[in-house]
Parts: sequence; C-alpha cells; structure tokens
Amino acid sequence: MKNKSFKDILISNAVPIIFLVLSAAAIPLSGFTTSYLIQEMVTRMGRNCFLVLSLLIPIAAGMGLNFGMVLGAMGGQIAIILVTDWNIVGMQGLLLAAMISTPISLALGWLTGEILNRAKGREMVTSFMLGFFMNGVYQFIVLYGFGMVIPVENHAMLLSRGFGIRNAINLQGVRQVLDKFLMVDIGPIHVPMAAFIVIALFCLFILWFNRTKLGQDMRAVGQDMAVAKSAGIAVDRTRIIAIIISTVLAGYGQIIFLQNIGTMNTYNAHEQAGIFAIASLLIGGATVSRATITNVFVGVMLFHLMFVVSPMAGKTLMGQAQLGEYFRVFVSYGIIALALVLHALRRRMDKERERQSLRGGDAPAPANGH
Amino acid sequence: MKKIRAFIEAAGLPRVIIGGFLVLLFAVAPLAQISVARSVSDTLVRMAMNGVMVLALVPMVQSGCGLNFGLPLGIIAGLLGALLSIELDITGFAGLFFAMGVSLPFAAIFGYGYGLILNKVKGDEMMIATYVGFSSVSLMCIAWQLLPFTSPIMIWGYGGSGLRVTVSVSEHWLHVLSDFLSFQIGNFYFPTGMFLFLAFMCFLVWGFFRTKIGTAMTAVGSNPEFARASGIDVDKMRTISVVLSTMLGAIGIVVYQQSFGFLQLYTGPFYMAFPAVAALLLGGASVNKATLFNVIVGTFLYQGICTMTPSVINSLLQTDMSEMIRLIVSNGMIIYALTRKVQVKR
Repeated sequence: MKNKSFKDILISNAVPIIFLVLSAAAIPLSGFTTSYLIQEMVTRMGRNCFLVLSLLIPIAAGMGLNFGMVLGAMGGQIAIILVTDWNIVGMQGLLLAAMISTPISLALGWLTGEILNRAKGREMVTSFMLGFFMNGVYQFIVLYGFGMVIPVENHAMLLSRGFGIRNAINLQGVRQVLDKFLMVDIGPIHVPMAAFIVIALFCLFILWFNRTKLGQDMRAVGQDMAVAKSAGIAVDRTRIIAIIISTVLAGYGQIIFLQNIGTMNTYNAHEQAGIFAIASLLIGGATVSRATITNVFVGVMLFHLMFVVSPMAGKTLMGQAQLGEYFRVFVSYGIIALALVLHALRRRMDKERERQSLRGGDAPAPANGH
Repeated sequence: MKKIRAFIEAAGLPRVIIGGFLVLLFAVAPLAQISVARSVSDTLVRMAMNGVMVLALVPMVQSGCGLNFGLPLGIIAGLLGALLSIELDITGFAGLFFAMGVSLPFAAIFGYGYGLILNKVKGDEMMIATYVGFSSVSLMCIAWQLLPFTSPIMIWGYGGSGLRVTVSVSEHWLHVLSDFLSFQIGNFYFPTGMFLFLAFMCFLVWGFFRTKIGTAMTAVGSNPEFARASGIDVDKMRTISVVLSTMLGAIGIVVYQQSFGFLQLYTGPFYMAFPAVAALLLGGASVNKATLFNVIVGTFLYQGICTMTPSVINSLLQTDMSEMIRLIVSNGMIIYALTRKVQVKR
C-alpha cells in the first residue's frame, strides 16, 4: 500500500490542490494583510466547522451528502427565535436553544430517514428536494405560526401586520456568547477557544462513535446494504439513526453559527448553511462515500479563504467586486458538480475493474488502470 | 366505492388531491369576487407559456436520463438567442423566430457537452444535472457582466457595466405569439397562437418518438441492456435526448419571455427547472416514463394552482400564502415521485 505514486496523490487530492492554487493566486491580488486573513480564518473555523462535521456520519452510512441537514438548521433557527423572544440571554439562552432544537431535529431527522429509506440509490437528490419542501413548511410556521398559534411577546420581532417573524432578527441575547466565553489572545489573533473545544469534543465523539457497534454497523451498511442485511444488521433502522444524528448535530451547528454572526436572516440562513457546508466538505477532498475529520478542517479553511479574498481579488483584477462575488457563488456550485462527477466516474471505474477481475484475466493494477 | 378507488388508483393520489383542490378553488372564486372566466383565461395563458419547457423534459425521461434538473442550460441558450435578437433590433415574428433559431445551435452545443457528462455518471444523473444547472447559471452571471452587448435597452445606463437584471422585450416581440389569432370574450382571453405553437411542438415530439431514433431512445430508457443487445448505441441515444431536451428548453424560454415581457438574466433561471419538473410529475409522469398527456394535464394543474392560490386565498384570508403553497406542492410532488417504488436501474 505504501508505494502510492505522486500521480495518485495528485489525482485523489485534485480538488483541494486546485483550490490551494486558486487561493494562492488570489491572496496577493486581494491585498489583505496576513494577520487579518488569519483572524478571519480562525473566526470562520470556529463558526462553521461544527456544521460541516455534522455531515460525516451519513457519508459513513453510505447515504451520501446529507442535503437534509438544512432541516436540522431550521430546527436550530426555530429554537433561537423562541429563546430570543423569551429574552433568555447568555449561556443559559444558548443551552436552552440547543435543548429546544433537539426534539425538533429528532423528529425532522426521523422523517428524513424514513423518506430516504424509500428512495435508496437516490438519497442525495431526494434529501435535496426535501430541503426545498421543508423550506415551505418552515416558512409557513415562521411566517404564520409565530404570532398566530405560538405566542410571541417581543413585538419588535414581528412583522407590522402582527404575526410572522421579520426578515432579519437581532440575536442580542446570545450574540457571541460561546465565542466570548473563553477568548484567548495569541499575539494579535483572538481565538474563540470555547467554540473550538466544542468542535474538538464533537471530533472525539465521531472517533468514539466509529468504534462502537452502531458505528461499525453503519460502515457495514455503507459498504453494501445486502451484505449487511444478511449479516443481521437492521439496515433501515441504522440508516435512520445516522440521519437523525446528523440532523440533530446540524441543529446545534446552526445555533453555534448564528451566535457568532449575531443576526439571523430568518428566511435564507438555513439554505446557505447547507450549500456552504457541503461545498466546504468537498473542497477539503472528501467524496460522496468517504470523508474524514481532516477533510472538514482543510475544506472549511480553503473555502472560506476563497470566500474572503475573491471579491477583493475580483475588484483588483476586473475593477468590479461584483464579479468576485459571482465567482465565489460559481465556485461553490461548480465544486459540488465537479466532486459529484468525479465520484460517479471513480465508482464506474471500480465496477469496470471488478468485472475485469471476474473475467479471470489479469486485473489491471488499481493505480494505473485506464 | 370500488369505482372511486379504481379511479384514484388510475389517476394517482396526488393528481386527485391537487385536481380536487383546483376545482375547489374555482368553486369558491366567485365568493371572493374573482371572475372565473378571467381565472380560467389566466390559467390557460400560463399553461401555454410554460408548456414547451415542461415538454422539454420528456426526451430525457424517456431515454432513462431522469428528470432534467439541468434545464437552466437550455434556458441560458434561449436567453442568448433572445439577447442577440434584441441587440440586432429585429422586431415582430422575425425577431421571435430569430431568437429561437439562434438559440438552437447554442443549445445543441451546451446539450452535447452536458450529455457527455451525463453519460459518464449513469445512475447519478439527477443530482449532477441539478448542479450542472446551478453552476452554469452562476457562471453566466459573470458572462452577463462581461459580454459586449451595446443596445441601450439591455445595458445599465449611467456608467454601469454589464446587462440589466431584467430586459424588456416590449419594443421587439412582446405577445407576438400570444396575440396571433387570439380572441377575447368578455373577461376571457385566449392566446391561440401560443396554443397552436405548443400543439405544433407536441406534434414534433410525438412524431419524433415514432421515428427509428425515437423508438430506439425509448428502448434505451426502458431497458438499456436489452437495447445494447439489439445493437442500439446507448450513449449516442442518451446524448441525442439531452441535446433535444436542451433545445426544447431554449425554445420554451423564448415562448415564455414573449408572453411574460421580460428576459430574466443573472439568477433568474436558477430555479426554473423545478416548477417544470413538478408540473410533469403532477401530470402523472414518473422518473422514467413520461407522455405528452402527462405534459398537458400536469401543466394545466400546476399552473392552475399557481394562478388560483394567490388570487383566491389572498382575497379570502387577506394574506399572501401562494409562494409557500407553491413550494410545498411542487417539491412535495418531486419527493413523491422520487420515493415511489420503481425499478431501480443499474
């Protein structure tokens, strides 16, 4: 296994390498100072890593990228709206929000799991559409439920007509509560240590989980559902659990994200959470069937580096910041498309190779076949 | 009771629910002081506007490529044709047909590349199609800023650069197709031209599926292994279906624009595939089988809901719930189709 050629490493890490080269070219063009960029990266890592980590477990279970994580984000947002309305501030507010989001995300995760079990083989596109569908339900709850069915005390949060939450709400009570809880200054850089501790705990949880019986089952299901089933694993149940864990954690992730930003874009925040998290993970070199914790950190850093520098680079290069803006939107979508294509190609090549070896002929070495 | 159950079985539960809902909306429309004749007319106009775009999905479904979430690619080709026709200042039917004609080669090129990608990713077409659509729309956002168009109708005035977000077609070919042979009885307006055009396109597609290539395409869709065994070039058929679908999408958007009155550039085409897909599925199509009947029925039902919910529900409840209902109906429909037990193809 050791003699991996240089070419192999290049091919299997093509996406992060392309990104590294792009960013390396864009940083000098943007004209930002190094300390500014490092500060931005540290802040953004603390803000986003948790959300991206929530994607890992369904990938291990062979369900691909969980586009349904936006459902968890919606649960987190509803919890945050409630906490803000009740005016529970500080760490208590944040913890209460996490507690409220848990049952909501549990229910949504179970629903997602049930639906995805009926759409085996096209989990990704189904979870993607489910995100859009639940967006309608979410709008219904937030735009009509709040103020009509669910009492809202704080009228500053309501639309002028008396019900429905405003487009943007101010999260004063919980703003940067987690970040400021344990802020450590390293030189000129402020590091939100508490957020990183939470992220580290999550990583430990994933590492531990992979060693449990359930985690092993999940990987077996991810490898081959039929084999797992004949080995006596409850395939459907395992898949549902994977999605539930992911959804609940995405809810917490969204709460961490929102407390850092400090304001909430009521009707868009969850959609962006999904697309950015998935793009980040793929940029970190993950594929639809394999993702590691390293992929998460590398991906979040590279994605946000591009996110910060591209508008300014666009301005220097073309005289328009808008072009850089469009460019980064293009990159987030394009990278997902590219990663999906690469994954499908690789799977096809594997299948071909398998067939070759079944024919009894010399199977070409995995590395340099085709 | 048995008859009712058989009917629901045959028509599909979602279609019955949505159809019933639509009938209900028409029934309560007079209570909300809404003219039924006007509502029917609006529904028909929107049906004809969107019909060709829904029709554009059929070839790819038939050849087994799944639902064409990459429809924005065809829409971009259509927009390029429309922009060129306005840039060259061609008005009336000439402008409209010029727009369609010019968009076709673009659509053919885009569709060919897109088809090559989809052939490499069999089994994952829909997810990749979605993102091919999204990324090409966002790439074109950059292009709309940079392309050297000069017509003052299209570019930002006062030193801005790039094309406007919406470009009006009112001075060139607004309603030329809609008003062709159209008639008005009281509140009821019928866009004869658009319906003739839709019928013509349906006829072309119908005819195409009866040619040798069309039959081969259906064979590829229903059983690729069998098709290959009988000497059909599977990849070639799939590519043709994608090219055809993209070209129809380009024509569809031009028809839509002449009725709507504006070209929507930048992020406009982003989500345009989803209503078309939802309409087709509402008409009773599945992920791997669609007929022209599905197109017509589905477009009517879907556009009926889209026309009636804003007007009726708004005046009854004094609030705008239409956007939400549209999201829930269209995406719910797509999820329903995706989770239906169908033979999973390898």
